[in-house]
Amino acid sequence: MSKFKKDSTKELPSVSTASLPDIVFMLLCFFMVTTTMREVTLMVKIKKPEATELTKLTKKTLVSFIYIGQPTLQYQKVFGTEPQIQLNDQFANPTDILNFITAERAAREEAEIPLMITSIKADESTKMRIVTEVKEELRKAQALHINYSARKKVDLQ
Amino acid sequence: MAKKVPEIPSASMADIAFMLLIFFLVTTTMDVDSGLERRLPPPADPNQAKTDIQINERNIFVVLVNAQDQLLVENDWLAIKDLRTKTKEFLDNPSNLITLPEKEVKDIPFFGPTEIVKNGVISLRNDFGTTYGMYLQVQNELVASVNELRDAKAMEKWSKKFVDLTVDQQDAIKMIYPQKISEAEPKKVGSVK
Repeated sequence: MSKFKKDSTKELPSVSTASLPDIVFMLLCFFMVTTTMREVTLMVKIKKPEATELTKLTKKTLVSFIYIGQPTLQYQKVFGTEPQIQLNDQFANPTDILNFITAERAAREEAEIPLMITSIKADESTKMRIVTEVKEELRKAQALHINYSARKKVDLQ
Repeated sequence: MAKKVPEIPSASMADIAFMLLIFFLVTTTMDVDSGLERRLPPPADPNQAKTDIQINERNIFVVLVNAQDQLLVENDWLAIKDLRTKTKEFLDNPSNLITLPEKEVKDIPFFGPTEIVKNGVISLRNDFGTTYGMYLQVQNELVASVNELRDAKAMEKWSKKFVDLTVDQQDAIKMIYPQKISEAEPKKVGSVK
């Protein structure tokens, strides 16, 4: 039975799997780092109000955000402490909303425009005057589907 | 002689790492934004003549919020925690009171002829000085009362929650309990600067 001598079969050395865990860990770290939200830098202080009847904003790409709140400390010298509207990365007036919505629409595909939602993220201590102005502008811009951003209320029974 | 400690097999390490990877991929949902969804009325047509729609007093549920964040519901001071019960009573009118909205028998799919509140409208008016937090709380209570009624009806008929029903079933319930919340232009009454 010398035909089946152990030494005679030339086996290919198998690929070392020792580094596989390292590769996967690298992937893991990559995903953990990149899946943080690409949000605009907030220039206003926002403490969201609480609510119970919430709907989730699932299609992130179809949402445009309007932030309303008191400017953060570093901007208070220039903009004061009165609540301001922030669109994208700058402070704006209510009259700028029309342009903002138009720009947001232009960035989407035509079929997606009716599905667009405007999310209003306002601080809970903001007075309704400024929110009402924003709402009026949104009505003029025909952006009627809105979402008042809120936190889930913890029910204490 | 010291016994050699057997080496821990590292073959499964990759699998464990993969499991971790998948776990993180699934759970890092990037803080899903949630909020109260509403629809704004379309802009008023300036050419259209102002028509006064006559709505019977009993069919309107007036909610006023002032600059001090106090509630006035149907000419009565009310705490926010009681608003939900009061709204549900208005929208359902279970004992057919004369002070609550009129009822009407209507043919509804799945339900057959049902007595429903004909045209009860919730009218919400706030002040310019009302805080946004209060405004949202009131909105939330109003929406919640409609949702609770719908859920109760769905439970009664199909023993399911409203969201689990089919679209047709949901539409039928929406006919029984429509969400009619009208927001009036805010007034500047006794606002604090």
